[in-house]
Amino acid sequence: MLAALSLLGVPPAHADETTPKEPPKVELVLDISGSMRARDIEGHSRISVLQQSFNDVLDALPSEAQVGIRVLGATYPGNSKAVGCKDTQQLVPIGPIDKLEAKTAVATLRPTGFTPVGLALRAAARDLGTGETTRRIVLITDGEDTCAPPDPCEVARELAAQGTHLVVDTLGLTLNDKVRRQLTCIASATGGTYTAVTSKTQLTNRINQLVDRAATTYTQTPAQVDGTDNCTGAPLLSPGAYTDREQLQEHRWYRVPVRDGQELRASVSVSLDRALNRDYGVLLRAVSQDGRELVRGTDAGSDRTDVLSTGLRWSAEQDAPDQTVCLVVSNSFSSPTATTAATPGMPLELIVGVVDSSPAPNGPDLGRGWGLLGLLALAGLVGGLLFGWLARWRVSIWRAN
Amino acid sequence: MRTTSVRRCAGALSAAAAALLLSAGPAAADTASPSPSPSESLAPVTTAGSSFLTATAVQPEQPVQLAGSTGDYLYWSFTAEAGQTDKIAITVTLPPTASRHGASNWAVDVFDGLRRRQACTAGAQTPTAAAGAASVTLGCTLRQVRAWAEPWSGDPLPGTYYVRLAVTGLPEQDLGLPMQVAMRITAHDSDDIQPEGGELKAPLTQPVSAGAVLTSAPPVAVEEEKDSGWNWDWLPDLSARWAWTAIGGAIAAVTGVGGYSLTRHPRRRMSNPDGFNRPSSTTRQEHPVNIT
Repeated sequence: MLAALSLLGVPPAHADETTPKEPPKVELVLDISGSMRARDIEGHSRISVLQQSFNDVLDALPSEAQVGIRVLGATYPGNSKAVGCKDTQQLVPIGPIDKLEAKTAVATLRPTGFTPVGLALRAAARDLGTGETTRRIVLITDGEDTCAPPDPCEVARELAAQGTHLVVDTLGLTLNDKVRRQLTCIASATGGTYTAVTSKTQLTNRINQLVDRAATTYTQTPAQVDGTDNCTGAPLLSPGAYTDREQLQEHRWYRVPVRDGQELRASVSVSLDRALNRDYGVLLRAVSQDGRELVRGTDAGSDRTDVLSTGLRWSAEQDAPDQTVCLVVSNSFSSPTATTAATPGMPLELIVGVVDSSPAPNGPDLGRGWGLLGLLALAGLVGGLLFGWLARWRVSIWRAN
Repeated sequence: MRTTSVRRCAGALSAAAAALLLSAGPAAADTASPSPSPSESLAPVTTAGSSFLTATAVQPEQPVQLAGSTGDYLYWSFTAEAGQTDKIAITVTLPPTASRHGASNWAVDVFDGLRRRQACTAGAQTPTAAAGAASVTLGCTLRQVRAWAEPWSGDPLPGTYYVRLAVTGLPEQDLGLPMQVAMRITAHDSDDIQPEGGELKAPLTQPVSAGAVLTSAPPVAVEEEKDSGWNWDWLPDLSARWAWTAIGGAIAAVTGVGGYSLTRHPRRRMSNPDGFNRPSSTTRQEHPVNIT
């Protein structure tokens, strides 16, 4: 039982070995704009730190990783914003990487032009294509986008909402306030991370860490589903992981068939991918077809956080007919501005499980049941026999004397 | 108090009974499970997930050591069994003081397999690191995992647990700075599993693979004919209650015989129990036993 539990208990990271997998896909987006000349990382220029760090990163890359490199602001040295803001190229296409070639390509880059981050993100998402697995973009930049619109943060949110399982991790090569705000915004919109780079070692380690993370976790992607605004037409879900989008104060309904003797388990996580007012909450309810609430799970908070999640269990009483249970996810988020409240909704992750129900254990068996009576009778008999034998033995001793 | 001592006795008795009666039984299987023995063999974990689905699995006593950025949300998961009490200890080495702008609030949140927040019974779950502090220590001791709970309760149950470490409040300029995280989970096992006889049919572990939207409710499989053969299901599980009952029965036999002898005539009571004729002395009659 223990072995079974430990097998089942650890989140089965390799649960779906049977499904054919594509290799992990990562695109590194490098900012080669003019500002990369600045010498402010441990006395070296940003571009040289980036290039040296890249040598180490490429050496450490796992052979099966499919990594591409895209640059922005690398070719156009002029002043025309119209031209400079379209300056992004794919340096190394995504696929099994030729390390030597990639190193040479990166080493020859010279800081040049503008910083069209938004455009580069869109192009990178196109490079990565669509598929069932998670794709990662690692954006390394030192400057805020000088080409908005499109605002890179809006672009990131829009890309995340397309359901292509895109995560953008950002690395800032400067401690500038505006850059940090922009990069944290991009990261939180896609569920990625932000790092302020202060040394070459840190940069190398971080990129390695992100590529590793991409390689080990990219298969865990939920299926896309569209919840409805009432129970009747809601999608019928089988056990598994799902993703959806929910707007502020929206209700999303789903249905799960639950048979007699089964237990419904549902968990929901809503990601806080934008700036929101301080207090918030999420509510998951299981409702019967006739509108009766069966059970609810709720969580609330007011601190900085990435997701708000809750879950519930429910099983029908013994010998109830099979039924379809409705799940409704609602939230009490509010936005300080009207623009952030608009579409797309916030990412929602719904995990549905249907397992055998666990009936309440029986009360203590003592004092009742045929088994107890039999055992007591047996114990009494054995005791009596022993007692009798002992007495006869004593008598025989006495007689012998 | 009384129930505790009774339970302790029961535990001791059950252990003895299990050892004596059945050297290989379910109870033996439960107690003799060697939890993958302390530490050295476990390789340190140097990664953390960034969400529930991607949480890095760790084992109790396995050291976790990694570099991260302040502002990261770090997720780990571990498995707990019934009777286990888990303790999480985290030390975060903060970025250099020179690059920080003020105090920061940290939090370790623990969720069960259904992503429901679990309470900590002890430990600094949400400490504040002062502006000049070099490191901050977090801790969380969970409740003892129960063997069974009603679906409507939030009690800790066997299955997956998620640990999330995050900074919950800090000056905005301090985001993304390098930090070091060290974590260790220690598990304390206990035989005193509550509720006794309770069993969760499937551990609280949610699927991570993508689900499929159904077009119609799947057809109900035809109920298989129940096996009418002889089985031992009606027997209660092996537990301390068996020892108590058996000893109770023996005591009942002894007291029964004692009671039986008390009902005999005082003159014949002291004579041989098998009725062997022996002249009774007068001295014995000076100490009659009260019969009421």
